[in-house]
Amino acid sequence: MKPLLTVEDLRVTFPTRTGDVQAVRGVSFALGRERLGIVGESGSGKSQTGRAIMGLTPSHAKISARKLAFGDRNLLTMPARERRDLRGKQVAMILQDPKYSLNPVMTIGRQIVETLKTHEKISTSAAKARALAMLEAVQISDPKRVFSLYPHEVSGGMGQRAMIAMMLVCGPELLIADEPTSALDVTVQLEVLDILDKLVADRGMGLIFISHDLRLVSSFCDRVIVMYAGQIVEELPAANLADAQHPYTRGLLNCLPTIGSDRHPLPVLDRRPEWAL
Amino acid sequence: MTSALSIRDMVVTYDEFAALDHVNFDIGTGESFGIVGESGSGKSTLLRAVSGLASFDQGTLSVNGRSYSGRKRDKEFYRTVQMVFQDPYGSLHPRQTVDRLLLEPLVIHGFTDIETRINRALDEVGLGSGFRFRYSHQLSGGQRQRIAIARALILEPKILLLDEPTSALDASIQAEILNLLEQARRDRNLTFVMVSHDLGVISHMCERLAVMKTGKVVETVPRKALENREFSAEYTRQLLVASEGFRRG
Repeated sequence: MKPLLTVEDLRVTFPTRTGDVQAVRGVSFALGRERLGIVGESGSGKSQTGRAIMGLTPSHAKISARKLAFGDRNLLTMPARERRDLRGKQVAMILQDPKYSLNPVMTIGRQIVETLKTHEKISTSAAKARALAMLEAVQISDPKRVFSLYPHEVSGGMGQRAMIAMMLVCGPELLIADEPTSALDVTVQLEVLDILDKLVADRGMGLIFISHDLRLVSSFCDRVIVMYAGQIVEELPAANLADAQHPYTRGLLNCLPTIGSDRHPLPVLDRRPEWAL
Repeated sequence: MTSALSIRDMVVTYDEFAALDHVNFDIGTGESFGIVGESGSGKSTLLRAVSGLASFDQGTLSVNGRSYSGRKRDKEFYRTVQMVFQDPYGSLHPRQTVDRLLLEPLVIHGFTDIETRINRALDEVGLGSGFRFRYSHQLSGGQRQRIAIARALILEPKILLLDEPTSALDASIQAEILNLLEQARRDRNLTFVMVSHDLGVISHMCERLAVMKTGKVVETVPRKALENREFSAEYTRQLLVASEGFRRG
């Protein structure tokens, strides 16, 4: 089967006054229609990997790769115009906090309709019907009301559902979710994940789930990539998380406090310089 | 057990909205007490009302036998009670060095052995005197939270209020900060009141915990009850399920 996305030796470099900073240093993976988790701490390059695939890297940064392809289409040489058509239509991204990622001066409904009208030849009334159906699909009980609300008028969980609706309304083939539930309450997190899980499964999309939460990712994804200092240190099937070999992965798993375990003090990560080589 | 912190029928209202609705707590000296709940449950409001950052409209608050009301607190109160906030990026003055940040409470409370106290406070949180003349933007999130803890501990308080002290930090850094807090509590026989949305963290740190929802205390249970699932409220069960991660159903 041909992979949906191929990434080979991806590097993202930020020039600074004190020299180049490599945020991503040679990341390679192939993604089919599956759920792939990327885990790492802040600064590990997990978000920059997602942004590079999406084409949202800041313009002063340098991206290089042996191959970065969506299907047969080379993302590295693609003109900006084609990239814009792709973005939102075939590749979509859910960001962390709906408070910042939704447009504050447009109603939720208008934002979804805007996405549809940008990518499809569709009448306003048809777009509106599609948007309402999508809001219903993300289990918003009163889609008509939410359609005409502004982002500040809804809760975080509701905002994130609206975000998911907006991203999925054009039926993308690849969805990148960058910490989609970190800004939400624990009880709401599961509802949102549940919705995301069902939609991704029903539509047979490829999903890249970026998070710092190793346990969450492993319970949600088929395969997990663990990143440290811009590199992949370990890749393993989510079910075999307990057999993780790399000391960083094991350390991450170990340092979480859990109910019922009485470990005082908690084991801490002993970072070794050779991990970052 | 004498109670270090006693709250009776505390009510905090913002206009018509009751952020805290007749809340009662008794926290013993040397105890570590946890509060869990989702956003809007009133858990942070409670800490802010205790510390005097928000005023409470009804009820009584007594700390080591002295009672306080409204927002007014005397110096003695702040010698006894200190607070560590959630966001290490927002709780340190961006244009003050670590030295200046730690100096301020000492000057306000008229301490004289400033040099030794600042050096000791930095050592205690594992940073060393090399950090003394840095600005907070030169520190990582974990280091900033260590400075915030040093600032709270430098007055040798008896009670520490912790408002989600690790929720803005990576899992590996969280473990370090939790260990540091436990060490400090053991060394100084501190009383902790810790707010978090993470049941794992609370059950690791606290002997007893209260579950809050919409400004009310749903129930108060010992840690053991959480492990053995001996609790009565449906909401506590929901929180527990949520803390166990995603399950495909």
